[in-house]
Amino acid sequence: MSSLQAPVLEVEDLAVRFTRRGEQPTRAVDGVSFSVAPGETIGLVGESGCGKSVTSLAIMGLLPRRGVEVTGSVRFDGNDLVDAPDHVLRGLRGADMGMVFQDPLSSLNPTVPIGTQVTEVLLEHREMSKAEAQDEAVRLLDKVGIPDPGRRLKEYPHQLSGGMRQRALIAMALACSPRLLIADEPTTALDVTIQAQILELLRELVVDAGTALVMITHDLGVVAGLCDRVHVMYAGKIIETADRRDLFARPRQPYTGGLLASVPRLDSARGAPLTPIRGSARDAIPWSEGCAFAPRCDNAQDDCLTEVSGSTVPLVPDGPGRELRCRHPLEHPAAPSGATAHGAAR
Amino acid sequence: MTAVPIAGQDDLLRVEDLKVHFPIRKGIFFDRTVGHVQAVDGVSLTVPRGATYGLVGESGCGKSTLGRAILRLEEPTSGRVLFDGTDVAALKGEPLRQMRQRMQMVFQDPLGSLDPRQNVESLLSEPLRAHGLAGGKAGIAEKIRGLLDAVGLPSAALRRYPHEFSGGQRQRIGIARAVALEPDLLIADEPVSALDVSVQAQVLNLLEELQERLGLTYLIIAHDLAVVRHISDVVGVMYLGSLVEQAPADDLYEQPLHPYTRALMSAVPVPDPEIEEQRERILLAGDLPSPADPPSGCRFHTRCPWRQETRCDDEVPVLRELGPGRLVSCHWAEEIRDGALRPRSPEEVLHAGAASRPGSGAHPRDDDPTPFLGRDEPLPRQEQG
Repeated sequence: MSSLQAPVLEVEDLAVRFTRRGEQPTRAVDGVSFSVAPGETIGLVGESGCGKSVTSLAIMGLLPRRGVEVTGSVRFDGNDLVDAPDHVLRGLRGADMGMVFQDPLSSLNPTVPIGTQVTEVLLEHREMSKAEAQDEAVRLLDKVGIPDPGRRLKEYPHQLSGGMRQRALIAMALACSPRLLIADEPTTALDVTIQAQILELLRELVVDAGTALVMITHDLGVVAGLCDRVHVMYAGKIIETADRRDLFARPRQPYTGGLLASVPRLDSARGAPLTPIRGSARDAIPWSEGCAFAPRCDNAQDDCLTEVSGSTVPLVPDGPGRELRCRHPLEHPAAPSGATAHGAAR
Repeated sequence: MTAVPIAGQDDLLRVEDLKVHFPIRKGIFFDRTVGHVQAVDGVSLTVPRGATYGLVGESGCGKSTLGRAILRLEEPTSGRVLFDGTDVAALKGEPLRQMRQRMQMVFQDPLGSLDPRQNVESLLSEPLRAHGLAGGKAGIAEKIRGLLDAVGLPSAALRRYPHEFSGGQRQRIGIARAVALEPDLLIADEPVSALDVSVQAQVLNLLEELQERLGLTYLIIAHDLAVVRHISDVVGVMYLGSLVEQAPADDLYEQPLHPYTRALMSAVPVPDPEIEEQRERILLAGDLPSPADPPSGCRFHTRCPWRQETRCDDEVPVLRELGPGRLVSCHWAEEIRDGALRPRSPEEVLHAGAASRPGSGAHPRDDDPTPFLGRDEPLPRQEQG
């Protein structure tokens, strides 16, 4: 991990509230802080509705202005983006920061050939001539592993397979060698063999080009193979932060432990029943009333459901490089071995 | 191609050389058939009573079509589906309707497969009424209460509509509806893939619990290998409409024999950094070829890291037995298992097939100068940080 370098992106106390007339505002993201350095990959992990995608949209300034309140700070190279005017954001997006979305079919323009969509980025941000942009587009598609790029450039999104569309999208995101890439579930819609290809591509990108990567996913397996640091989100807040090895070896938040115990694994003994988490994410209570996870938590006690000194359960340091938001975390035997600790999480 | 003899148990479901081909039509005035999508092309499998058969494969491999064809939701082009000794494909009208009572389906998208205008009570009583079971209002009400209890939903759910439930609860309703008729066979097509991970486990446990309690036989169709392994006794792997490998779940994961299975399993990320770092990945080249124009010979040869100069391109491998209960359709399965052959990298595979478009199904060049390179080390894995 190269966190000694100055971070490319620093998010501090980011909060997103969706307001609706006559209704209580919904806090989709609530006080999220993290940073990413060049060549580092961080993971934002959580289930649907935990606010991970809204976080990424807020960073990129892609949320609509109406009905949305974004507070806190998002510093890219030290410049705050939250209140930045549109033209500044437009200059950064696509050039210095790229984003890859989950569904490549709906994020590509169906009526425009792939080539035009890739060259558009180059013409806009790198002031190339059309011919240069064309050559560069061929090079980019080739780099992301699209066979016969010259012919593919003339094709429309519907003519490409899902994996190839995602590659084209990544090629567009990489067109200007961004220093920050936000990938929001980039492989969720893809088959595992294609997923493996795309993850390999992202891995190379981080290592070779020193790109800072924010990986948003619900798949703990993807996190285990890709991310240096992991932030687990639940109901709009980060509830646990740790280095990848620590997190998987010794999950402290009962939610993290529960997630790990509920996933069937290819390498574990077969036949043992899974240990699911009770209820669903819908059962979360507002953080102002205690720990949002308390209604589903096996470790929950009375004080999890009460606020203490007017604030919710705080995110506090929990050993070297770790942060935790929990009053009754999972305890692990002192042995720093992954295998035993995983058993303890169950 | 023969079906697998799994011991001498009585088989509830027997699929014999099933084919489902969809015509590709062209033209407005002259409705010509210009080709066929060979969604399922000669699949044979057997599911013993009370067992769980897991069918895995990537999107487009025909696993859903196979499941639907077994239930006659899709007309098979040829082949036989023997359900408890009766050929389902030959049934018509009332006998078919009667038979369907004994085979039910759970769909992937619970919201899409439940009528939004029917409340839970109505959703669950409909199959009972249609088949004239549990006569009388009181009988139906009691039956429904029992069903809700069995799938872990509160009785307050009766008056509510599908949109009022979470994804996991909706899937429970879908399962309750499927087991309402006390079927023998339950075909579940991606039963948990639309659910959050913490909820997936609940539904998987429920399926296992119901199987034990009701003595159900399952055919589970899924793309998630870990899920399939967890729940299945026997696993079949499909690629482009055919079974490429079938084995008892533990054996398959212990030692996959078909190159495609190996690649598939090596591609599944494991939530454990230690394992992720040491893992040998077999990356496949390119995408799935079109099932309308499948490659000749072994259908996997265009992407196979173990493709050989001979046989692979022109000789269709048959599903043959290689050890107890283990079927594999690969000419070189023994050599690959024993490590006599080494895989090539995706670049080399692509290069070998460069003359042919991936997806076109055409022959790769035969003049490939490097039939297979001895790669002694596993594919390099990029280490980050």
